[in-house]
Amino acid sequence: MKHLIPEFEQMKRRYPEGFEASLVLPCLRRIQEDRGFVAEEDILGVVEYLKVARIQVEEVLSYYTMLRRKPVGRWHLQACRNIACSMRGCDGLVGHLVEKLGIQPGETTADGRFTLSTVECLGSCGTAPVVMVNEAYHEDMDAAKLDQLIEGLR
Amino acid sequence: MPGRQLLMDFEVTPTSHTLEAYRARGGYATLEKALRTMQPVDVTKEVTASGLLGHGGAAFPVGRKWSVMKPGDDQPHYLCANADEGEPGTFKDRWILEHAPHLLVESMLIASYALDVRHSFVYIRGEFDLPWRRIQGAIDEAYAAGLLGAKLFDTGFMLDIVVYRGAGSYVCGEASGLITSIEGRKPYPRNRPPRLTVRGLYQKPTVINNVETLANVTGIIRDGAEAFRKVGTAKSPGTQLVSISGHIAKPGVYEVEYGYPWARFLDVDCGGLLHGAKLKCVIPGGISTKVLTRAEIEPLMLSHESVNPAGSSLGSGGMIAIAEGTCMVRLLQVLLRFYHHESCGQCTPCRDGMGWMHRIIDRIVAGKGVAEDIDRLYAISEANDGTTICGMGDAAGYATIGILNKYRDEFEHFITHGSSKCDGRLECLA
Ligand SMILES: Cc1cc2nc3c(=O)[nH]c(=O)nc-3n(C[C@H](O)[C@H](O)[C@H](O)COP(=O)(O)O)c2cc1C
Ligand code: SF4
Ligand code: FES
Repeated sequence: MKHLIPEFEQMKRRYPEGFEASLVLPCLRRIQEDRGFVAEEDILGVVEYLKVARIQVEEVLSYYTMLRRKPVGRWHLQACRNIACSMRGCDGLVGHLVEKLGIQPGETTADGRFTLSTVECLGSCGTAPVVMVNEAYHEDMDAAKLDQLIEGLR
Repeated sequence: MPGRQLLMDFEVTPTSHTLEAYRARGGYATLEKALRTMQPVDVTKEVTASGLLGHGGAAFPVGRKWSVMKPGDDQPHYLCANADEGEPGTFKDRWILEHAPHLLVESMLIASYALDVRHSFVYIRGEFDLPWRRIQGAIDEAYAAGLLGAKLFDTGFMLDIVVYRGAGSYVCGEASGLITSIEGRKPYPRNRPPRLTVRGLYQKPTVINNVETLANVTGIIRDGAEAFRKVGTAKSPGTQLVSISGHIAKPGVYEVEYGYPWARFLDVDCGGLLHGAKLKCVIPGGISTKVLTRAEIEPLMLSHESVNPAGSSLGSGGMIAIAEGTCMVRLLQVLLRFYHHESCGQCTPCRDGMGWMHRIIDRIVAGKGVAEDIDRLYAISEANDGTTICGMGDAAGYATIGILNKYRDEFEHFITHGSSKCDGRLECLA
């Protein structure tokens, strides 16, 4: 994480002084973007850089569902299963993905290409069902579109 | 169009979100007018006079919140735009962030001037990518143009805006949870009093408003409170962005003038239901608002004074249309799973209650429900009411009671027969 410190310094400038602890979450997010997950050395780095207690970094890291301490597959498929997506057939889509990839939600394929997760409402209900692939939303999905998408990712 | 438009009043093009396009529409002229010709208290007075109500869910009068802040009282004040947009069914703030980000920035500048704020935040949900890039892009443009981070129009007023990205958590949308999140902790909501306008972010007076609420401020200051009040109804001035989803033919975000007939909105503006299906019921404003049947909404207008007496509310504008044939037991299962998943775990009635309710509904759907389960769901919902720190505990109970009251027969059928009265379907088939 040391190479990110100049970026963190830049970020810090727009915060009111004396509230460095506010940077715990933004720093962890940036580290995860960079490494794919947050490693032990990153936790120590954040503790040292922000002068916060380790427990505070652990607290944030363990609470927020998007933060992780282990890597995921090259492509992280996150299927929404909240109300609007359920009403537009997301259960079928998740079933389709389970069959196609041979893994259950929460698992990663043996080759490390795909991780499958289910998530709650992504705030895109008008174009349900929605599957997020890494950062990008894929909207109005159906099995055929999913197949095409996955072929493109292999 | 469902009435007059105040926010969606320009043509969306691939560049309409940029500073150049916004300026061509008259953007940032209102900021200059406010700074040059108005005192901070005048801005708050105008917003109060407009009768603008919060769009985050509770419809709290904006002027009343702002009036608690005392400009010049020698302590820092903060402003946060709530862009967490976590209430299932809601996706309207995303429209503003993607298509009118400078309207939000200008409004935040004007609001910060009124409230004597030097640092403000946009708290945006962690999953949003394009909306984040658009609002961050607009803020970068505003910095480059000298609108942020520099003294403006010889007034000495200057503002920094930080976009704070969440990381997946529904309670971060709750105002005090949001603040705790920005402070770098897990987003435990706080007991009130003290109100956040007295002791909020970093223990200082803080205003938190929804993105859509703030987006209305520029228009109010530009055209005046009186002009704003001419749109909508006397008790619900202005418009509401309705994001509609579910079994509707034309889902999307619509700007609805308050007072517009509800049935007409669904049947005409939204093209009726998918595959010509019949409407069973509607969740009016996010899953935490009580469901209303087709017969109930028939005579109603889309305004607070029309919907509230019917026992529900317009909430966050996240409307969900549900077709006949949809299984309400399975629908409630989706909601309770969500609430259980999102409970922050701080209050016992919510932490344990959500788990109990989730297990009960799972058991019913598995065909193993027992007769007392319905009473248990009622009892847990009622036990949550008013006993938790934030509104989530109550909301889950309201949503549950709303469905149980109107569709009790479906629950009884599921329990006695071990199967759904409606094929267990949530989808609307052709
Ligand atoms: C559990 C919970 C989640 C909430 N989520 C949001 C949200 O995502 N966005 C929002 O604007 N308000 C949300 N609210 C409402 C906020 O607490 C707050 O009332 C609102 O942001 C105030 O802005 P307004 O007065 O402009 O509506 C939520 C409330 C609760 C209890
Ligand atoms: S009501 Fe639930 S979500 Fe809200 S503070 Fe209590 S435990 Fe957390
Ligand atoms: S329910 Fe899936 S995006 Fe809202």
